[in-house]
Amino acid sequence: MGKLLGIFVAVALAFALDACSDDPAITTAPTGGSATASIGAAAFPVTVTGTNGDVTIDSRPERIVSLSPTATEDLFAIGAGDQVIAVDDQSNYPPEVPTTDLSGFEPNVEAIAGYEPDLVVFATEPGDLGSSLEGLGITALQLDAAPNLDVAYDQIEQLGAATGHVDESAALVERMRSDIQGLVDGADPATGVSFYFELDDTFYSVTSKTFIGQLLRMLGLENIADAVGKGSGGYPQLSAEYIIESDPDLIFLADTRCCGQSLETVSRRPGWHELSAVTRGDVVPLNDDVASRWGPRIVDLLRRISDAADSAEANAA
Amino acid sequence: MSGPDAAGRRVSAGTRATVLGVAVLVVAVLVGMLVGPVRIGAANVLRWLVSIGDPPPGMSEQQALILGDLRLPRVIVAGLVGASLAASGAAYQAVFRNPLADPYLLGAAAGAGLGATIAVAYGPSGAIELTVPASAFVGALVGVGLAYGLGRSTLGGRSTASLVLAGVAVASFLTAVQTFLQQQRSETLRQVYTWILGRLGTTGWDDVRLALPSVVLALATMWAVRRLLDVIEVGDLEARSLGLHVARLRLVVVIAASLATAAAVAVAGLIGFVGLIIPHTVRLMVGGSYRSVLPLSMLFGASFLILVDTLARTVVAPAEIPIGVITAFVGAPFFIAVLRRNRRAA
Repeated sequence: MGKLLGIFVAVALAFALDACSDDPAITTAPTGGSATASIGAAAFPVTVTGTNGDVTIDSRPERIVSLSPTATEDLFAIGAGDQVIAVDDQSNYPPEVPTTDLSGFEPNVEAIAGYEPDLVVFATEPGDLGSSLEGLGITALQLDAAPNLDVAYDQIEQLGAATGHVDESAALVERMRSDIQGLVDGADPATGVSFYFELDDTFYSVTSKTFIGQLLRMLGLENIADAVGKGSGGYPQLSAEYIIESDPDLIFLADTRCCGQSLETVSRRPGWHELSAVTRGDVVPLNDDVASRWGPRIVDLLRRISDAADSAEANAA
Repeated sequence: MSGPDAAGRRVSAGTRATVLGVAVLVVAVLVGMLVGPVRIGAANVLRWLVSIGDPPPGMSEQQALILGDLRLPRVIVAGLVGASLAASGAAYQAVFRNPLADPYLLGAAAGAGLGATIAVAYGPSGAIELTVPASAFVGALVGVGLAYGLGRSTLGGRSTASLVLAGVAVASFLTAVQTFLQQQRSETLRQVYTWILGRLGTTGWDDVRLALPSVVLALATMWAVRRLLDVIEVGDLEARSLGLHVARLRLVVVIAASLATAAAVAVAGLIGFVGLIIPHTVRLMVGGSYRSVLPLSMLFGASFLILVDTLARTVVAPAEIPIGVITAFVGAPFFIAVLRRNRRAA
């Protein structure tokens, strides 16, 4: 049991990075791939700050390896896509990313070094990837799962500085800020619309302490998982009884890819067919990948959630 | 074909224990139905139970749904799984003459884990609630079949040790295959592990229908041969001299116990400890005769798992704790307490 538990904890920790495949239904026009790198304000050497502290980058990196699906999306969105030579097996957006079989969960330092990168960006730190790479003279920047929007913005700006795309990263952050602000301003703070956010088909959910949970709360929605006490780590497994009793107005399925869930499968579950969200059709399929990352596409995710909340409010009235 | 008759004193102790076992099971079922993350008045629940699912006046449709679609099937499945694991544990301990034998010994768990992994990673994603249990079930039987065949053919199959060794080898091999497949499909890793850690949280009547036939068949088989287990436990030679077909009996018992284990794993994931602590606790209560140990293991195993599952869904309500964590957390100290008490009494 101990071994199982250990693995389970590790898997739960890795969850933030859990990713399946890409959903073309939710897209942000990727600005990556353009060769017009604005050297502009960028001056090398530059020192950026990651989860692993200050990292000095001597010259504009041209051989970037990204082991983080979020960082990959960030890099392409700020126009640094041309400088990326390899990304990990979970990085799948935008479609043109150079996906390899490198793993961000169990990184193989030798395989990474084989790409002769001048910058490696990674999210989780299983063991001592950063120092192993530094030992080989490879600059490594860790950008761990962002606990909130500010950190997500900061990571984009750090990547902008690190790759010589300061202006684009600032513009992207500014655009995200104003888009999200627009959605938040448009949200009715007193709707009382409640929701259940599903991570998998065993009812793992998120509380408002998590990154995605905070975003949903900004839209004035009530999270039924917030009834769970402290110590759940933000990702509690809810009781089916409790979900039925709570009868949420909205059900968000962030397990459409991993677990093939849909309105149809949800309505087949024991006791679920009479839930308000199910009878009204307010079961909203989301892209698991976008919901578990903290990159530019969260704006699209939020827009989708905001629209769903509006229609749920109308349906409930 | 009855085993050596025990003294009258022991028989009455066994009868008393049986009465106690039934009483405990009734209490466990009631507790399981009354207690949950959603508060439904005890009077209402009792009236609902008495009227066999007819909601009494004053009970909301939603509460009736929770009792009928969620709580009742979950209590039944927990009971079936507990009885299966405990009885299989007792049976394996008898035929292998090994007090540490448990339902997962012969590659059943490893096979089930591999089956579940294959279904999650490569099966159609839409029908996972059906493909995973079915695939786990097949995997468990394949695991045991491999271990049994290997133990008999390559290692001579004369001693029980060769079977156990074959089981260990098969389990390691199947686990390695499972780990490899998980690495290939790391995006499904989490789903495999939530499944392995226990799936009682999603239990419904489908699970009852899935488990019931195999469990009834397997438990009835073990029940029918319970007296012979006393003979086989003494030793192969002795049993043979009493005219017993040892190899055939062992095969029948292993198949029955593995069938019960496979059904339990298919609907509930891997739940440790039950097959070990329940039979041993029963032995400490009524002595070593399988005439009592086997039926009582079923009764107490069912009660134990129903109560543990009640804890799993109430301790951190409205969240859940994986049931396997609680069986180990509650089971280990409980087992030690029983052992200590028994030593003091002796």
